[in-house]
Amino acid sequence: MNQLQMDFNLLTVEILMATLGLVVLVLGLLIPKNQSRGIAYFTTIGLVAILLYSVTMQWTKAEFLNGMYLIDPFSTLFKQIFLLTAILVSVGSYQFMEKYGHNQAEYYSLMVFATLGMMVMASAGDLITLYIGLELMTISLCVLTCFRLRDAKSSEAGIKYIILGAMSSAIMLYGLSLVYGMTRTTVIAEIAAAIALDGVSPLLLLGLVFLVAGFAFKISAVPFHIWAPDIYEGAPTPVTAFLAVASKAAGFAAMMRVLLIALPDLFVHWNVMIVGLTVLTVVLANLVAIPQTNIKRLLAFSGVGQAGYLLLGIVAFTQLGVGAVLFHTLFYVFANVAAFMVVIAFYNETGSDEIRDYTGLAVRSPLLAAVLLFSMLSMAGIPPLAGFVSKFYLFTAVIDQGYVWLALISVLMSMVSVYYYLIVAKVMYIGKPADDAKPIKVSSGLQIALILCLVMIFAFGIYPAPFTDLAMNVANTFFTP
Amino acid sequence: MITLEHYLILAAVLFCIGLWGALAKRSAIMVLMSIELMLNAVNINLVAFSRFLTPDALVGQVFAIFVIVVAAAEVAVGLAIVINIYRERQTSFVDEFDWLKW
Repeated sequence: MNQLQMDFNLLTVEILMATLGLVVLVLGLLIPKNQSRGIAYFTTIGLVAILLYSVTMQWTKAEFLNGMYLIDPFSTLFKQIFLLTAILVSVGSYQFMEKYGHNQAEYYSLMVFATLGMMVMASAGDLITLYIGLELMTISLCVLTCFRLRDAKSSEAGIKYIILGAMSSAIMLYGLSLVYGMTRTTVIAEIAAAIALDGVSPLLLLGLVFLVAGFAFKISAVPFHIWAPDIYEGAPTPVTAFLAVASKAAGFAAMMRVLLIALPDLFVHWNVMIVGLTVLTVVLANLVAIPQTNIKRLLAFSGVGQAGYLLLGIVAFTQLGVGAVLFHTLFYVFANVAAFMVVIAFYNETGSDEIRDYTGLAVRSPLLAAVLLFSMLSMAGIPPLAGFVSKFYLFTAVIDQGYVWLALISVLMSMVSVYYYLIVAKVMYIGKPADDAKPIKVSSGLQIALILCLVMIFAFGIYPAPFTDLAMNVANTFFTP
Repeated sequence: MITLEHYLILAAVLFCIGLWGALAKRSAIMVLMSIELMLNAVNINLVAFSRFLTPDALVGQVFAIFVIVVAAAEVAVGLAIVINIYRERQTSFVDEFDWLKW
């Protein structure tokens, strides 16, 4: 046996996250119940500190345990994406969780652990590690989904999430076991080498089908998306935001690592499946979003559609494609979390998630209406907002590979998405508020987070160069061993 | 003589029974049990591959142990949620969880 590489400095971010989660959990037991707000602030500050620390590791490229755990710019950028989402969501949770009062420490600590699971997924260089990260994320998120004990909808979302999550994990595991059997290794780099040596066998292809189906569940691509709208509607809204952004990004990180690095020799086979998923996802998600009346369900379907656009980057299988996925995910954090934070602020005041209740929001709270409008326009891809730039890169990436028809369908469905986003805008800006409607108060923490998101949405669209450079440089390092 | 193929076929059959149960059963408990069957099919696969193809390296068996541990955690959370729902609605049938449009 050769020497194991165990430089624990490489794991600083993960170790800090685990420590933060445990400290928050213990603090919750020590601090008197009426002072639990401090725990929320502590979590946010801790997450910000870890995010700042992770910047020092931006371009580190190293292996831990002989390739079982990879620290590279790709995983570090994804970790920063998860941390950003966790920070924004924790800020958005302050008021929301205070209303429910109980077990705040457990809520924040579970959120930290879910983020840790995502980090392990993004960094996994081994199928076992990948699976452990995936389950740490899924189980933590599942408990978060049914966090409102007295709310039957929340519990129902929880049971649906655990059943479908466990089932999709089992399907993916079956695929992983076949891949392991056919290549006799679980280390991602060695899998690629083994396939290059032994060639493709039918069992390996069967494993690939199960694997793609499992990942499609996690990123909620049509036809594996049925869980998404229900769970998004039932879960507490901050958790929905976390699910919609971070867990999807983690799914993409792991999927890209497995498909592009471990199974590049099966490209012709998985490419067919991914193209099929992309077409179905982009077309169906955007059409089904039109008749939705609940804002969380609408955002759920729009999120499913975004997953379809992200799949384009995997179809392309080039550095440009990977870079475009990274850029799109980065902007999507701000746009989608901003939209969900508006929903949280609105719900805190009115207790409703129905789109018709958003009538006249522009009068009741210009900030909320503006943030929701711009984040939605950005997701629809209207210039000069961020979504336009990232979609431009995604479409360029697939057109370079000769999939003009695929880009065309995506552009058409993008236009459809403008329609249902504008329905919400129309309700907010043209509708008259009811006579007894009061202005909506937004707490200062949430205001800062909303304005930050708004600034980022514009920054990504008007001056995208620094962000695209970052994404493309990271993509450059992704394919080199 | 029992060969690798026998184990793989057993695992495939078990996996299909589990998948059918998870999709067709009404009771949430039965669904969770069916998912366990699927995971155990995976374990048989892993252990059989490990025993027949790489007798010197124990990667597959270690993987199986991880799967067993995680599955236990998953079912614990699942059952806790079922109990919580049962307190609300006095039912554990999945087809009656229809407050959210399915």
